[in-house]
Amino acid sequence: MTRRNTIGYLAAFAVIGMTVVPLLFVVLGGFRTTAQINASPAGLPGPFVWDNYAEVATSPVFWRLLGNSALIAVIATTLAVVLGAMAAFALSRYRFRGREGFYALFTLGLLFPLGVATLPLYLWLRQLGMLENPLGVAIPEAAFSLPVTIVILRPFMHAIPGELEDAALLDGAAKLGFFWRILLPLSRPALITVSVLAFVTSWNFYLLPLLVFNDSTNFTLPLGVAMFQSEHTQDTAKVLAFTALSMIPALTFFVLAERRMVGGLTGSVKG
Amino acid sequence: MSAAITTRPPTAPVPHAPAAGGTRRRSRLRTRLELALLLTPALVLFTGFVLIPIGVAAYYSLYSWNGFGPLTDFVGLDNYADALSGDVFQGAIGHNLIIAVLSIVVQLPLSISLAMLLNRKLRGRAFLRMVVFAPYVLSEAVTAVIWLLMLQPGGFVDEVLRAVGLGGLVQLWLADQSIVLYTLFAVITWKYIGFGVILLLAGLQGVPAELREAAALDGASSWQTTRHVVLPLLGPTIRVWIFLSVIGSLQLFDLVWIMTLGGPANASTTMATYLVDHGFKRYEFGFGSAVAVILFIICFVFALFYQRFALRRDTEGALTGVR
Repeated sequence: MTRRNTIGYLAAFAVIGMTVVPLLFVVLGGFRTTAQINASPAGLPGPFVWDNYAEVATSPVFWRLLGNSALIAVIATTLAVVLGAMAAFALSRYRFRGREGFYALFTLGLLFPLGVATLPLYLWLRQLGMLENPLGVAIPEAAFSLPVTIVILRPFMHAIPGELEDAALLDGAAKLGFFWRILLPLSRPALITVSVLAFVTSWNFYLLPLLVFNDSTNFTLPLGVAMFQSEHTQDTAKVLAFTALSMIPALTFFVLAERRMVGGLTGSVKG
Repeated sequence: MSAAITTRPPTAPVPHAPAAGGTRRRSRLRTRLELALLLTPALVLFTGFVLIPIGVAAYYSLYSWNGFGPLTDFVGLDNYADALSGDVFQGAIGHNLIIAVLSIVVQLPLSISLAMLLNRKLRGRAFLRMVVFAPYVLSEAVTAVIWLLMLQPGGFVDEVLRAVGLGGLVQLWLADQSIVLYTLFAVITWKYIGFGVILLLAGLQGVPAELREAAALDGASSWQTTRHVVLPLLGPTIRVWIFLSVIGSLQLFDLVWIMTLGGPANASTTMATYLVDHGFKRYEFGFGSAVAVILFIICFVFALFYQRFALRRDTEGALTGVR
């Protein structure tokens, strides 16, 4: 048993190394100069150079990218969760003809990943005059997040006991009042899960903004990181500082939402 | 209800009947209105930005069109024939398939072993789980930039290999046509392995400890227990992982686009980079739409078949409705 655990710890160390070393390379590289990095790519900072981080953090470019990403992700998440919750309520707590048909239509969306649909979407957005517009990215992202949102929320809302609804209706509440005052608060765990999923999808999405935005003042963070890298190929240290700073929001969000996210992923698989 | 009404003696007064019918009609109307209010916004959004673009693409794909002016040059299925008969696109399909197969052959066993490792009572297990999962939350764009810099000739990876005496392994990671695809696969594995591990960990939690103890009592070795007790119970999770992994492999774009643009000499072109390169960069929108439709069909057919034959038992409820 102890020998097995020794092997276990060794493997664990290897895993941590493989995962963490590239991240450390980025973070520590930001504290070096490009000359130092070129002379010894795997060296440690010595002495620490703060200029790269200071320059990136004080440049308006970084903050604008961050703001654009946040705006788009918030709009996309809000739209997907609000509209998805309404639809999931209708599809779980009402009986009507065609209900399963509507549900099947939404689940069809699970088979059309956003990445694959991007070129057609671009042409469609161009026709609608929505290029160079944050909504041109946020609205399609919300539309493509709807299927997952509905697929997760529907069984959850379905499972909330009917007695609660009967009691609320007997007390004179309208059905929509029951939705708003009782069902939504009870669905909080599932709502958080779908929000996290929609937010992360939007935050990391690269292809649609790449096509929709030509003007770099509209760029989101993933586009900005790639652009910054290709514009500063001679200044590795600054690219590393930029990349390190751009990892912070996602990693912070991840640390805060880790348990929920993991729970959400397993939840989405079990349906 | 109607039975109750017909058994009522015809002579008996029915003072409340009209009023009751009225409220019922009114409440049915109300339900309809509520349903419309609840469902319409989602339906409009979904139709307008998921279904219509796909339909429009299928229409454009029948024309030779540079994206400007009216659609006049109807070419039927020529765009499809051109794409499917072209070497570069065939190569792209091949690259996607190689990535998909490698994912299953390499990442799956790796994820399973890591998940089993992390399921043991090691000290610092929670921390370890978080570390393994961390790359998954980074965007592919950030991942691509990190590895692009680390894989530069004479860069971090090369220097580390030389330092540990493996200098002979150093390659032109991203510039050698015969290696670039495997380099990209390694980066994909780094980014996505945590996702598989987390899924499988959740699956392992569903394997009752009693079963393993019983197997051990019956004299099964730990390998036999794993092979005959744990793996079969992980079946549903593994099948879902394979599904997500193959769909992901088929759409691979961001990493490749940022790290190699599909090069050198198309050695790492994927269907999605080909699509963007031709449809968008070269203004061949009719042709690009045809490629998009082909990509759709491949994903769709795979999803349907997989759904039908492999996932059916597992995801009841997720994709087939509430039971």
